[in-house]
Amino acid sequence: MSVRRLAENQPATFAFTPENEAWAAREIAKYPPGRQASAIIPLLWRAQAQHDYWLPKPAIEKVAEMLGMPYIRALEIATFYSMFNLEPVGKYFVQLCGTTPCMLRGSGDIAKVCGDRIGPQRKVSADGNFAWLEVECLGACCNAPMVQINDDYYEDLTPESFGKLLDDLAAGRPVRKGSQTGRVSSEPEPGKGPTLLDPALYDGSLVGAFNQRVAESVAAAAAAAAQAKK
Amino acid sequence: MLADKDRIFTNLYGFQSPGLDAARKRGAWDNTKTLIDAGKDWVINEMKASGLRGRGGAGFPTGLKWSFMPKPDPNRPSYLVVNADESEPGTCKDREIMRNDPHLLIEGCLIASFAMGAHACYIYVRGEYILERERLQAAVDEAYAANLIGKNNVHGWPFDLYVHHGAGAYICGEETALLESLEGKKGMPRLKPPFPANMGLYGCPTTVNNVESIAVAPTILRRGAAWFSSFGAKNNAGTKLFCISGHVNKPCNVEEAMSIPFRELIDRHCGGVRGGWDNLLAVIPGGSSVRCVPAAQIIDCPMDFDSLGKLRSGLGTAAVIVMDKSTDIIRAIARLSYFYKHESCGQCTPCREGTGWMYRVMERMVEGRAQKREIDMLLDVSTRIEGHTICALGDAAAWPIQGLITHFRGEIEKRIDQYAANPHIDAVKVAAE
Repeated sequence: MSVRRLAENQPATFAFTPENEAWAAREIAKYPPGRQASAIIPLLWRAQAQHDYWLPKPAIEKVAEMLGMPYIRALEIATFYSMFNLEPVGKYFVQLCGTTPCMLRGSGDIAKVCGDRIGPQRKVSADGNFAWLEVECLGACCNAPMVQINDDYYEDLTPESFGKLLDDLAAGRPVRKGSQTGRVSSEPEPGKGPTLLDPALYDGSLVGAFNQRVAESVAAAAAAAAQAKK
Repeated sequence: MLADKDRIFTNLYGFQSPGLDAARKRGAWDNTKTLIDAGKDWVINEMKASGLRGRGGAGFPTGLKWSFMPKPDPNRPSYLVVNADESEPGTCKDREIMRNDPHLLIEGCLIASFAMGAHACYIYVRGEYILERERLQAAVDEAYAANLIGKNNVHGWPFDLYVHHGAGAYICGEETALLESLEGKKGMPRLKPPFPANMGLYGCPTTVNNVESIAVAPTILRRGAAWFSSFGAKNNAGTKLFCISGHVNKPCNVEEAMSIPFRELIDRHCGGVRGGWDNLLAVIPGGSSVRCVPAAQIIDCPMDFDSLGKLRSGLGTAAVIVMDKSTDIIRAIARLSYFYKHESCGQCTPCREGTGWMYRVMERMVEGRAQKREIDMLLDVSTRIEGHTICALGDAAAWPIQGLITHFRGEIEKRIDQYAANPHIDAVKVAAE
């Protein structure tokens, strides 16, 4: 558990954009009638995305009203789930994974870069560009160490490549998302692997290959069932 | 090594398109109607015969789980909920399925829902997986557009599929906490019984399955239970995605046959341990929640539920965290203690207070600023948390520490001696500070 409080300075009001209003209506429709509370996480998340990646109190209240929930229930959600930022987080919010798999691959060095470049955790840098936070496992352990900056993962980092990434973001230059060493995802070596090389997997020859087996199995099961009935 | 033709996740690395046309060419959605037409008993019997054990960590037989669902009742619809809240440290396999092979999952959802009499399915994706969620949603939209799923789909089983997401709470990977979260509440686990199969989502019969368990189902049904159970040791059937992280030369995800020896897994796919096999210190073989195993015991151990269980560890999610001799093992486990402290939902006192207490003691042990008798005290406290909480997070917080003390007590004592041998301004404090 961690202590999470609302920011001291709050905007007076919050309203969804018309696009987001329409989106919210579609989101609520995913759940059975009377169960609209289910949509609270997606709605709070959209509110946060619309509001510079942090969630102000009026937005929590607005979402509670839309879903017919008491404010306190919505506030509970906003404070329970750690992805809701209750305070401003700068233009680029760097979430550094520090859990053991990333720690083993050197997330401590990345944290040092964050400390040197951005400052203490949870504080927006002087230029308003960055804030950072060490978070728990982000689920990209084969590509450790890694950070999430706003919506995107940046993986296979070194202090150098991470420093460059921060430079590029600050300067508004395009950056490469995902692996910084050229891996497509979590393959052993960039672009290839000792596995999944058989062209027969991809040429369409698997289509229909098992129809006969299924038919035989179904027929055998039906025969066995008929036998059991007798 | 598992042959390519026997791999289920043929686009694991995303070298091909995740889209519907490419997925079809790889064999997804191939004659799904025959599988549905074969009837729910056939599906469940094949799944039972395949020996598939749930891939989310607990290893409960999937076919059996599906068979627990009660008879359909119009007043209480059944639900399938897919647990895509992948947050066990070390685990990153479901992510690849969702972003690279989403159609395997969607087809699996249709078949599993049919087998348990559910017409609606929610996939609960962890909040941080934003790209993965978008990819999955795009694939769901494609499947709707092609009328593969939906109210009047070509398969003749009315079925709606919704992608939902969380917002960064590890505890929502626990199935009842996930249901609470899906209902729009804090993710706090429920007492069981009643089990979700009777009282799950919105009080209706619900089955919660891991992404991988669902995604392998269509392929198992097509190729047959005998094919799937031909891999792995008895009672540990099938192929499995392994996520290998930490001190190996090439960390990666890979699909392998169950019961592959640890050494073979690492040599074949990860280019060996960093610095060679003599440099291996310990391995956490199943995600952070299982006990670590020292090098000598794991090197030739088959990677499956039963073999690792015998070492008092577990296969868990098959997230293999490798640590070489440069690792400060006490710090590595202390970092996990911090994780559990951070992720405890706060509902049960032993876990809420205990995880923080254990973390504070572990932090002192990292420095050596402790008494040796506190090692046994820590072990004792961990056993008072384990098994005394509603969900398994208390157990999961206790086990890494128990593993550390079992296998590396000497390391902790050495550190305490080192600290004691040097002059320090602050005296050693006892545990209950």
